[in-house]
Amino acid sequence: MTAFFWGLAIFLLLNATLCLWRAFAGPTVLDRILATNVVGSKALVVLVLLGLAFERSLLLDVALVYGLLNFGVTIAATRFLETGRLKGDWQP
Amino acid sequence: MIATTLHALTVALGILGAAFFLAGTIGLLRLPDFYTRVHAVAKCDTVGAGMILLALAIHVAPHPEALKILLLLLLVLISSPTCGHALAHAAYDTGLDPWTPPAEEET
Repeated sequence: MTAFFWGLAIFLLLNATLCLWRAFAGPTVLDRILATNVVGSKALVVLVLLGLAFERSLLLDVALVYGLLNFGVTIAATRFLETGRLKGDWQP
Repeated sequence: MIATTLHALTVALGILGAAFFLAGTIGLLRLPDFYTRVHAVAKCDTVGAGMILLALAIHVAPHPEALKILLLLLLVLISSPTCGHALAHAAYDTGLDPWTPPAEEET
């Protein structure tokens, strides 16, 4: 089963590498944010797969923090794009 | 017998999730517009990550780590559509025009 996890992780890493092209060449800033978000969510799954392949349950906690950071970064970036600032009340 | 069934279920769900991730990657690279790209990617990422995490939770099932993987699954199911919606809303708010197909010649 470990070999299957390794294959899945390598496939997801190849997918993330392809997504980097959109982060590099995206015509708008939002395309770049979207591509980074996609790479982050793939990396979350890869971290869980590696945690099971190496039998280190620490990597599951790392994946949890990674997912939360990914979510927070995307929300903060979109909010900054919409309102132009990061603090204060919501005033679009 | 049950162990074999669970292994088969893990492999099937993992391969299905990988197929969804591949579809999301192709959509991100090939579609013509930001809105269509976020449409493709948000759904494919949610379903792909959800399926693979469900497969891994089934694989480690009696172990308490399965609960942690299910927590991750819940996080992905909540955060990924929210990110997609926030991105599309920001794009619409900053005045990005949706793509329209090029006008075809009337014959």
